[in-house]
Amino acid sequence: MLVTHERLAELGILYLEGTSVESIDRAAHAVILSGGTRLGYERLLLATGARPRIMNKTVEPKSRITTLRTYADAVAIRSTLGPQCKVLVIGGGFIGLEVAASAVTKGASVTVLEAGPRLLMRAVPALMADLIRAKHERSGVRIVTGANVKCIDVNESCSAVFLEDGRKHFANIVLVGIGAVPNVELAQAAGLATDNGIMLDETLATSDPDIFAAGDCCSFPHRLYGERIRLEAWRNAREQGAAAAANMLGAERPYIKVPWFWSDQYDETLQIAGLFREQDALIPRVLGPRGQLLFCLAADGRLVAAAGFGSLGAIAKEVRFAEGMIAQGFAPKPEALANPSISLKLLSSQHRSSL
Amino acid sequence: MTNGLEWVAACDADALQPEELRRFDYGGRTFVIVRSSEGDYFALDGHCSHEKVHLADGIVDGHIIECPKHFGTFDYRTGEARALPACVDLRRYEVKIDGNEVFIRL
Repeated sequence: MLVTHERLAELGILYLEGTSVESIDRAAHAVILSGGTRLGYERLLLATGARPRIMNKTVEPKSRITTLRTYADAVAIRSTLGPQCKVLVIGGGFIGLEVAASAVTKGASVTVLEAGPRLLMRAVPALMADLIRAKHERSGVRIVTGANVKCIDVNESCSAVFLEDGRKHFANIVLVGIGAVPNVELAQAAGLATDNGIMLDETLATSDPDIFAAGDCCSFPHRLYGERIRLEAWRNAREQGAAAAANMLGAERPYIKVPWFWSDQYDETLQIAGLFREQDALIPRVLGPRGQLLFCLAADGRLVAAAGFGSLGAIAKEVRFAEGMIAQGFAPKPEALANPSISLKLLSSQHRSSL
Repeated sequence: MTNGLEWVAACDADALQPEELRRFDYGGRTFVIVRSSEGDYFALDGHCSHEKVHLADGIVDGHIIECPKHFGTFDYRTGEARALPACVDLRRYEVKIDGNEVFIRL
């Protein structure tokens, strides 16, 4: 647990373990718990999170498919990995690739099956995804793109994954990492609007002004990108929790934090600030063997995203200063972004002093 | 108290710009030297108290040092943890400038 029982008591927080909320009585401003107890509220926060997306192509028993979401999942997966182990990872996203990296490092034989034409389709631009793929292949991971799974036959000792094109793959462990589904059932049953998650306004309020939501379960409009987004990232969950709490107390501040993601694979780190979109221009900055940065400029010249892959020391500071520039709507010169001898710290301070 | 403590030269004072960080390794341990925007020097344990990530790769903002990995923050004047996921304070070490050298007391 993140907080001790003592600390919760100190803060005056009533924490009910092993209790689920069965429904929300919005008219009466109360939640109904398993067991029938009613708890009243003035403001309510829904932080119901997300769960792994399950393939609907699984042959029974479904429980033998491995997913990674919790600490217990991670410990269980780790205990099965080793040199004699064959691992099939379905899904070339963050979760799948992190497991692939850990498994191959522990000596397992690893194949990643990705349905899309390349890895990391959702959050990472192709140039970066290609670097990450190369790193995996150098480390011994086999990567198959365009691999559409037809069905999975899961057995005690050996599982088979059949692809639409007739190919078969066998493994001891099949890990499915094909995204997460927001837990919206409680909100839906209460008649709250949903749209790829519990639907929020800029202040993180639901369609009921006394009910808020935060984290992986919700979608919200982001003014930097002019679209509704849902984020499945630790830092967003932390920052949205704090922002929602402030707004529940009356702050009425729009949530405008720059989306931020990271992934550790082998001894390399991937950090992404902002959202990469098809229509925006890409500016790479090569840092030599230590890493690579990639910037994304909108049509009006604003920096809207930055990514770094490489050693933490090479990329972290630059992505962090880029994040500040994204938040401020800076429009740096593309030549400066591409030039590795100009630090992002300098660029952002020059811009700030010119305002 | 002088029980085993000694002043150790960590780096040149002018090697650090204001709001810059420098890693310093000594005796199997690792530290981070900070130069504040006011020009003062501070020394702390080098690894974030949350995970084993070196703070010298992070950034300085005012009196705050921020971890590059998960953005835990510390007040580098006291070592106090200021933002999650960091919740354990960092140990701070005495610093003196002698000539152009930064010494820390270890």
